[in-house]
Amino acid sequence: MDATDLSGGGVVMPTKEATDARQVVARVVDPEIPVLTIEDLGVLRSVEVVDGTVVVTITPTYSGCPAMKQIEDDIVEALHRSGNHDVLVNNVFFPAWTTDWITKEGHRKLADFGIAPPTSPDAVLCPRCASDHPRMVSRFGSTACKALMVCSSCGEPFDYFKAH
Amino acid sequence: MSDVTVSRAPQGMPRPDIDPRFHKLLAHADDNLILAHRLGEWISKAPELEIDIALGNFALDHLGVARSLLQHAGQIEDEGRDEDDLAMLRTDREFFNLLLVEQPNGDFAHSIVRQFFIDCYQLQLWPDLATSDDIVVAGVAAKAVKEADYHFRFSRGWMLRMGDGTDESHVRAQTAVNDLWRFTGEIFEDDNGGYRSGWDQLIGETFEEAGLSIPDDPYQKAGGRVGYHTEHLGYLLTEMQWMQRTYPGVEW
Repeated sequence: MDATDLSGGGVVMPTKEATDARQVVARVVDPEIPVLTIEDLGVLRSVEVVDGTVVVTITPTYSGCPAMKQIEDDIVEALHRSGNHDVLVNNVFFPAWTTDWITKEGHRKLADFGIAPPTSPDAVLCPRCASDHPRMVSRFGSTACKALMVCSSCGEPFDYFKAH
Repeated sequence: MSDVTVSRAPQGMPRPDIDPRFHKLLAHADDNLILAHRLGEWISKAPELEIDIALGNFALDHLGVARSLLQHAGQIEDEGRDEDDLAMLRTDREFFNLLLVEQPNGDFAHSIVRQFFIDCYQLQLWPDLATSDDIVVAGVAAKAVKEADYHFRFSRGWMLRMGDGTDESHVRAQTAVNDLWRFTGEIFEDDNGGYRSGWDQLIGETFEEAGLSIPDDPYQKAGGRVGYHTEHLGYLLTEMQWMQRTYPGVEW
């Protein structure tokens, strides 16, 4: 498998089976941030069908992200429900995931959910009142991928998705 | 601190009974696994909620690295052992982590100094391993280097605050440095990557800014890389492994 192929299809035309399976997998959400799908997050790298087995390749956001096991289980369950019984979920680390892989749509959904999307820490806007220069309370937040900030204007504490 | 004095293995002695590649993967995995366990011991006990969360985050990062490397090590060994078998069913003599990471948490200063020494090391290690021919190791390292940077900013910040803080915090930080310094030489026992100079530079800059001094006691202790540990590791493993030892094969 070509681990650098982030599109899932590459130059080879994906089969209908693979396209259908990808649609199913792409709807799986991050259990910690349920407004984001794994496709929005850039965690989903590829879906292929090899000898009747759906091979899903995903990549962790952080080394120890505990959501990865849940995501794997959810992918398997979603595929089983759609009639794909032979499923293999591959975890690849290379190339390493970065927040640049979060889609535009993902950024919008994060902000709507009250999480400041990844950007340079100086450019973070309060997701509630959009004022700038919030204060970083802690570089470490409720999950490995987030930091805790507080808005200097409206006083709202919020999570910021660390640019990484 | 009351360490059992262990007979010191010759410096850099390989373990001829173990495949060198497997041994090296275990050494890196074990550093992260054991440190993750120690950091986890802070959860619910750290001085502030934010520190509690930070240390818990570090533990997760280190645990994630350990899991990936152990899984890979199991595949390299090809004896049917997976990451859980390697983490939960090896004895202390089969662990190859640095003695530094198994040292007890002590007070907050001891934990921070230990973390700082490791962060300075991992900031040399991961960029080097990120260019490894082994694609799994390279991928894990490329991810870990960003995490090490976060850890370093935190531990360095506390080194400065403690060293250059109150009399009490300064004494505690210097005491922790004095206690743990003898475990730092082991990091560079087999310094093929030439990490020592980068490490020395980070330590030197921070110590100078923090008003801390490098101990002049030349005594150094080693053995972790060949499986000779301080007594602390046995207690740690007892706690970490008891569930699997008591209920073999249990899953949840």
